[in-house]
Amino acid sequence: MTATKERENPVKAPKVPPAWRESTLLRHLFWSVLGLLALYLLSISLDPFRNLQLAQICYMAIATAGLTVLSGLSGQISLGHGAFVAVGAYSTALLLEHEQWPIALVLVVSAAITAALGALVGVAAARLRGPYLAGATLALAVGLPSLADYHGLREVLGGANGLIVTPPPPPLSLGESFPLERWQAWIGGLCLVIVLFLLANLVRSPVGRNMRLVREDEDAAALSGVHVARTQILAFWVSAGCAGLAGGLFAMVNNLASPGAFTLTLSLSLLTAAVLGGMGSLAGAVYGAVIVTLLPNWSNNLAQSANLPQEVYANVPLVLYGVVLIVVIMLFPGGIQSGVRWAGVFLRSKIRPE
Amino acid sequence: MGRFLDLTLAGITSGAVYAAVALALVLIWRSTRIVNFAQGGMLMVTTFLAYTVVSHGGSYWLALLVAVLSGLILGAVVERLLIRPVENRSPLDAVVVTFGLLVLLQGLAGMIFGGTPRSYPPGFAITGFRVGDHQLLFSPNDLWVILVVLGVMAVLAVVFRRTSLGLRMRSAAFAPEVARLLGVRVGRMLTIGWALAAVVGAVAGVLIAPSTFVSPSAFDATLVFGFTAAVIGGLDSPPGAVVGGLVLGAVLSYVAGYLGSDVVTLASLVVLILVLMVRPSGLFGTKAGRRV
Repeated sequence: MTATKERENPVKAPKVPPAWRESTLLRHLFWSVLGLLALYLLSISLDPFRNLQLAQICYMAIATAGLTVLSGLSGQISLGHGAFVAVGAYSTALLLEHEQWPIALVLVVSAAITAALGALVGVAAARLRGPYLAGATLALAVGLPSLADYHGLREVLGGANGLIVTPPPPPLSLGESFPLERWQAWIGGLCLVIVLFLLANLVRSPVGRNMRLVREDEDAAALSGVHVARTQILAFWVSAGCAGLAGGLFAMVNNLASPGAFTLTLSLSLLTAAVLGGMGSLAGAVYGAVIVTLLPNWSNNLAQSANLPQEVYANVPLVLYGVVLIVVIMLFPGGIQSGVRWAGVFLRSKIRPE
Repeated sequence: MGRFLDLTLAGITSGAVYAAVALALVLIWRSTRIVNFAQGGMLMVTTFLAYTVVSHGGSYWLALLVAVLSGLILGAVVERLLIRPVENRSPLDAVVVTFGLLVLLQGLAGMIFGGTPRSYPPGFAITGFRVGDHQLLFSPNDLWVILVVLGVMAVLAVVFRRTSLGLRMRSAAFAPEVARLLGVRVGRMLTIGWALAAVVGAVAGVLIAPSTFVSPSAFDATLVFGFTAAVIGGLDSPPGAVVGGLVLGAVLSYVAGYLGSDVVTLASLVVLILVLMVRPSGLFGTKAGRRV
């Protein structure tokens, strides 16, 4: 009886997902290749100014992705990530000008230097909780840029004027008229894809799971054998490394590393990007970075078309950052990514009703 | 030796102001377990209002009164509108909201007043007292600053210890559920706590304005110093905030005098980390107090 029923109404064979969806690594690799292709097509269709903006979006997204791993995944807040970006930018400026290493090596070393500093801060941070950590990182963001103007270091770091960075020219094999901006967008885009690939794998790894455990409940994590302090320091290390790489790209794209570029506003825009995109989501970090990078530009255009006085439109981004932080945290804690996820689920249920 | 004395006196004066900012942070921490990162922005706004009064010919005293009243209103409004919804959520949310408020206020102030730093007149003379033929780096205005901070502390102590309002506020902060059962309107107590804290911050703003400048971001460092002072004292203890402020003021004054004024903010970070490493709950923190 049951046998016939089964034959009449056979259990659907479980759909075998394609191989690239089966393995996390392959899936991430697939998306990475897709991302690179999209960035390539985007960069060849944009004019130099837009390519420069693309490069800026890339480094902001790298720093935001690092921050989102720190705050969203491991639950440690940092109000001072701009300080790490500054360290990366200054490292790159010094290495490029004095050592003339190839750009890839300079970026990797800048990220490593910043990551080392991040691990140091992380050791202190592992003992600080919530608002204490926020206050300490805030002090870092307010205090570190002033170091460039300290009389003992003014010679090396260029004081308030900062250091000029000569960006590496595109290789001759690309042709002599290859625009520099597109080359910078390529470097930025490649770095972004590599960082996102590595972070996506970290999030899915046992280490990522430990970070989530620590965020949810430190005592429970410790009881289940997670080394809490080590996990928190690791998160700081990774996140500062991303900020350092972003800083290196910042110096290369903007041809400058100066204290005025790394004020509290930079830390703030990173936090805004992370919160707006959806704290803890790597895709959200990218959306957030896109909006936060283009925002000052939009407000500029808006001000010009409306003939607003300079002090008004110069402060439009600041006001918007503040409003976004308050409104998103209060009303939409999931940020843009939760909206995207909801839309995805909704569409899938429409296309393939079970 | 004369230089050391001068630096110490200057440190005590600035330390008194940090103590006032720390006191404002402690009031809020005790009642809502939130560190108000918008404190610097709120006192910037009230100081700008006071500056507007002064620049239109109003007296120092009228400006001080305006700062205090606007602080009272601002603190209450902020607590009702922005803090109430995130009060019981994760500390991360509260940090982000108060930080968001800080930059919102900075942006609005920049739109209205512009970015040019303005100088703020002191209440009293700023030439130092003379002792014999040595002119101290300590002026009648510095004395006024210290006396006001002491006065504010005394008033707060009386309010909290001797009045029924103070009793209700303390009960709302320490045992909100029990207080509610006993008929205390806990929500209203929290609003009053934020308003009081904003008033203390507003006073600190007017006191510190003559020695810095008034601009949208002029008080970033003041917030950092106030936070450091509060943490040194243990965030939970008003006397601790005062001691923390004075200690920090002296230390930063020596750093500025002997190393250079560029590294003062960084020095406060070092002090902060050192204190938290040695005593995670501060010098006067309640946990450490009970353990002894």
